[in-house]
Amino acid sequence: MIPAAFDYVAPTTVDSAVRALAEAGDEAKVIAGGQSLLPVLRMRLAAPTKLIDLGRIPEMRGVRDGGDHLVIGAMTTHYDVQRDPLVAEHAELIKLATDTVADPQVRHRGTFGGSLAHADPAGDLLAPALALDARFIVSGMDGRRTVSAADFFVDFFTTALHQAEILVEVHVPKHTGWTAHYEKFQRVAQAWSIVGVAATVRAEAGKIAEARIALTNMASVPIRATAVEDALIGKQATAENIKSAAEHAAEGTSPTTDGNADPAYRQHLARVLTSRALTAAAGV
Amino acid sequence: MRITVTVDGIEYADDVEPRQLLVHYLRDKLGKVGTVVGCDTSNCGSCTVHLDGHSVKSCSVLAVQAHGSEVTTIEGLARDGKLHPVQQAFHDNHALQCGFCTPGMIMQSIDLLADNPDPDEAAVRHGLEGNLCRCTGYQNIVKAVRDAAHQMRPGAGPEVERVDEPHVSRTKSQISGGER
Repeated sequence: MIPAAFDYVAPTTVDSAVRALAEAGDEAKVIAGGQSLLPVLRMRLAAPTKLIDLGRIPEMRGVRDGGDHLVIGAMTTHYDVQRDPLVAEHAELIKLATDTVADPQVRHRGTFGGSLAHADPAGDLLAPALALDARFIVSGMDGRRTVSAADFFVDFFTTALHQAEILVEVHVPKHTGWTAHYEKFQRVAQAWSIVGVAATVRAEAGKIAEARIALTNMASVPIRATAVEDALIGKQATAENIKSAAEHAAEGTSPTTDGNADPAYRQHLARVLTSRALTAAAGV
Repeated sequence: MRITVTVDGIEYADDVEPRQLLVHYLRDKLGKVGTVVGCDTSNCGSCTVHLDGHSVKSCSVLAVQAHGSEVTTIEGLARDGKLHPVQQAFHDNHALQCGFCTPGMIMQSIDLLADNPDPDEAAVRHGLEGNLCRCTGYQNIVKAVRDAAHQMRPGAGPEVERVDEPHVSRTKSQISGGER
């Protein structure tokens, strides 16, 4: 399988990439790690006339300390996110979810920002970004703007990015001292999540002081399980309290039907996996 | 588009179409047919090569993206007629049946051992999750990887692949004997 022909440019700065994208118009497509896009092009599900490769823009790679938040460059590979000490210390949820993405070869090429901008509802990094209230820094011809995680994901494979905008970096508020777990249900290793649950909690004297939970693939966009969070806060971190809070996990969800599962099954999974994720995150 | 890429220690300069996949460049242009195309959908891992020291599925990388990089294929592992320790371990442990997945399995195993020089069985299976063996010959593959780990202590990885002599630039016709 060979993609349809396209022109290719590999700019070396964000500004020149934005300019190239603006000049190329609607038929252009940005390529990050290419681990989702290249299979799509090979199967000819898309045929952009121009690819703008972000792979040679050094300023878009790496993780740095931004004070009260981490700055994760959009072109940082999953492999680098997995091994970054700042991510492990201040946003463990992202590290744990990244560990489950695809397989080692894909994690060497695939990128944090590419995954988010692709906005596949089964993608594993969307829910952690939402749970941690990440902010998306987007660059366009008029400069940069910030989009909240709640506003960034609009629909299936659709984000708040305009045609000539590029996701440059993601600011993740530090959650130092929080414990986390990403629980994922998949048919076989390396398959997409049928449902995933991203959970992180902060405990104080055996009680859950704060909880952040978001669901993968339970709607066209990632969603927060706010009813579960509300049911947990102030409670002792016990198996019983977690199980009863997790019963709320499917509230407000609108999962899809596909070859793997129907909505009722996904809602069942959401409750079970939320319970498992919280049990692991709280160390119960 | 003009690209320069070092493959198995030899530098090549070629004109490629932007849409050409790295695996097709390796096979069709350079004749590196040891790297095979299996599923063509980024699932099976048969086309795994190392790009700047890390395993990638070469069906999911464009040749133009490899410009300026160093690629190692299964054909670049043996030295002076001696198999790479992971190749030898696959041979010794009969870690292949039809052999189609073997190049990718070996390339990924080397990558795995670079990150974890002494993986237990679970770590091997997890590290090879991106490689499928349709003969389901996983038992001996896992055995071979652990055997290789023992043979190669204290570690394998990109350093094992380093070509010590300076890279010799040759023209394509000298390498492949003419246009393919």
